[in-house]
Amino acid sequence: MSGNSEPRKYKNPVLNWIEFRLPIISYFQKEYGEYPMPKNCNYFWSFGALATITLITMIVSGIFLAMNYTPHTEMAFDSVERIMRDVNYGWLLRYIHSNGASFFFIIVFIHIVRAMYYGSYKYPRELNWILGVFIFLLMMATSFLGYTLPWGQMSYWGATVITNLFSAIPIVGEGLKTWLLGDYTVGNATLNRFFALHYVLPFVIFGVVGLHVAAVHVHGSNNPAGIDIRSKNDTVNFFPYMLIKDTIAVCVFGVLISAVIFFGPNLMAEVDNYIPADPLVTPAHIVPNWYLAPFYAILRAVPDKLGGVLLMFGAIAILFVLPWLDTSKVRSCNFRPMYKWFMMLFFVNFFVLGYVGMLPAEGLYLLIARIGLVYYFGFFLIITPFIGWIEKPKALPLSISDVYLGGGKEAPVPVSEKEIH
Amino acid sequence: MLKKILILLILSFTFNLQAAESNKGSMPKHKWSFNGITGTFDRAALQRGFKVYREVCAGCHSMKLLYYRDLIDIGFSEAQVKAIASEYDVLDGPNDEGEMFERSARPADRFVNPYLNDNEARANNNGAYPPDLSVITKARRYGEDYIYNLLMGYEEPPEGLEVGNGMYYNKWMDGNQIAMPAPILDGSVDYDDGTDTTAQQLSEDVVTFLKWAAEPELEVRKNLGIKVILFFLILGTVVYLAKNRLWRDVH
Repeated sequence: MSGNSEPRKYKNPVLNWIEFRLPIISYFQKEYGEYPMPKNCNYFWSFGALATITLITMIVSGIFLAMNYTPHTEMAFDSVERIMRDVNYGWLLRYIHSNGASFFFIIVFIHIVRAMYYGSYKYPRELNWILGVFIFLLMMATSFLGYTLPWGQMSYWGATVITNLFSAIPIVGEGLKTWLLGDYTVGNATLNRFFALHYVLPFVIFGVVGLHVAAVHVHGSNNPAGIDIRSKNDTVNFFPYMLIKDTIAVCVFGVLISAVIFFGPNLMAEVDNYIPADPLVTPAHIVPNWYLAPFYAILRAVPDKLGGVLLMFGAIAILFVLPWLDTSKVRSCNFRPMYKWFMMLFFVNFFVLGYVGMLPAEGLYLLIARIGLVYYFGFFLIITPFIGWIEKPKALPLSISDVYLGGGKEAPVPVSEKEIH
Repeated sequence: MLKKILILLILSFTFNLQAAESNKGSMPKHKWSFNGITGTFDRAALQRGFKVYREVCAGCHSMKLLYYRDLIDIGFSEAQVKAIASEYDVLDGPNDEGEMFERSARPADRFVNPYLNDNEARANNNGAYPPDLSVITKARRYGEDYIYNLLMGYEEPPEGLEVGNGMYYNKWMDGNQIAMPAPILDGSVDYDDGTDTTAQQLSEDVVTFLKWAAEPELEVRKNLGIKVILFFLILGTVVYLAKNRLWRDVH
C-alpha cells in the first residue's frame, strides 16, 4: 500500500476528493475494471458472478420477508401464507427466496464442479478453495435453518432429524443437542434461535465471499487450460469483456429461474411442507432439501449412527484438504486423460447419491448409496493421489493466447520443456 | 472399463426408476383451465366451486387462511360477499362489559371453522381429522389432479380386502382406506346457472375453487412471468450481439 505511486487523478472532482482520502475508486478500477481475465475463460467462469448476484438477491428478498414473518410456532405457518396472500407481491418475494435457495445451490455446485475439473484449487489458490468450502458449509447451515422457518411438517421433522444427529456424539451429545435446541424437543425456542441465525449467517457468508473474491484476485483467475498467465496478451480486462459475458449468463439464468418462479414455484418444494407442523404426526418419508440429499444419503448408508454422522461431516471436511490430496501438478483435466474420467464419474456419483438420498433407505437404494459412499471417499483418498503419480498428462499448450487462437493443440510442447519457456 | 461401470450404473438407475414409477401407478391428469403458461381461472367455475365447498365440504373442512373478502376476487360483488359472510356467526369480544358475544360474520372475517377446535373435529369424525383445505392442492402430491381423482375414486373394495370400521375404499388414497365417505354424488348441489350437476362437474368446479384458494396469485403470477422472461430474452439477445461485436477484435 505505502509503496504505491501517487494517487490517480480523475476528471470528476468528487471522485478525486474521495480517492485522495480513501483510494476506493482506484481499488474498484483495479479489481473490477482492469482486472486481467484469461481470454480463454468459458461460461463456467460466470458462475462466481451468478452466485454473488444470487446471494444479494437472497439477502434482499429475505430482509423483506423477515419484515412480515412471525417466528412463533403458533403463527409461523400462517404468517408465511399471509405473506403469500396479503402482502403486496409477497408471493413473488417468497417464491424468489425459496426457489432462489435451490438455484443458489445449483450455481454453487456448478462453480465447484468447474473448480475441481479445471484444478482451480491447486497452487497458488488453495486458500481460495478453503474459503469456498467454508462458504459452502455456511450455505448448507443457512439453508437448513431457513427451511425450518415456514414451520411445515418437513420443517419440523427435518429440524428434529438433523438436530438429533448431535445426540450421537458420545458423552456430550445429549447435552449439546439440548443446548442447540434451547429445549428438549424442537419447539418455540428452537424456531426463534433458528430465525435469528438464519438472518445473521448470510451476512457472514457475504463477508467470506469478500475474502474469497479478494483471494482469487491476488493471483488471478484460473482458466480452462489451467496454465498461468504469461503476458498481457493472454488476458482481457474484466470490464467490459468479462462483464458482458457475465451479463449474458445472468440473462440465461434469469430466464431459467423465472420459468420456475412464475410457472412452477413449488416444483422443488416438498408438498408436506404445506401441512402445518404437527409433533404428533410423523411424515411417511422425511426428506431433506434436494441439495443436502447427497450428504443425507451418506448419513443413512452407514448402519451406525455415530459413524454415519462422522462420515457425513467427513464428506464435507475432506474437501478442505483436496489441494494436498491431489499429487498432480497439472491443473486442468483437459490434459489429464485418466483423472478426467474419474472426475466425471465423481460428479455422476454425487448426483446418484443425491437421488437415493431423496428415496427411502432400503433395498437397492441403500446398496447404491453404499457404493456411492465408497466411491466418494475412494475418489479423494485413493484415486486422486494415486492417479497423480501414475498418470502421464498430455502436453500443455504454450500460452493462453495460443489456446484462444486455437493453436494450442496443434503445436504442443511437452510438459518437461514447458519450464524452459 | 470406466465407461462400462458408468453405463451399468446409469442403467441400473433407470431400471430402478421405472420400477419405482410402475409401483405407484400414474395419476391420471385432468385438463384444467388454469394449466399452461397463460392459464386462468374460469370465474363461473370458481363461483360454482365455492357453492360446492359451502354446501358439501364446509360441513367438516375448515379453510382458515381465507377471508370472506377474498371472494371478491372470484367475481362476487361487495354486497354479495357481505350477504355470504352474514350467514355465519363468529364469537367476538370481549365487549365493554367484558362479555364475549356472537355476531354475524363480516367480509373482514376469516372463513368460519365448522368446529370449535381440532378435538371437536376429531370427535365428530370417528377420530379422523378433516384437514384444512386452504392450501390443500399445494399440500398433496399431484395437487389438483390428486384431489379430483380422490373425489371420483370411491369404489367397491376388491374381493378379499377388508375395509376398516367407518372407513371407505378409495383407489387413490394412501393405503386405499379413507375416513371420508364419498362427499360428492350426482346432484349433490343445485346450480343456479343451469350447469350440469354430475359428480364430475361438481368435483371439477370444487377443485378449481380449491386451486384458487391455494394459489390466488396464479393469474397475476403467470402474467408477470411472461413479461419477466421476455425482458431477459430481449436483454440477453442485445447483450449477446454486443458481446460478439466486442470480442471480434480480441485476438
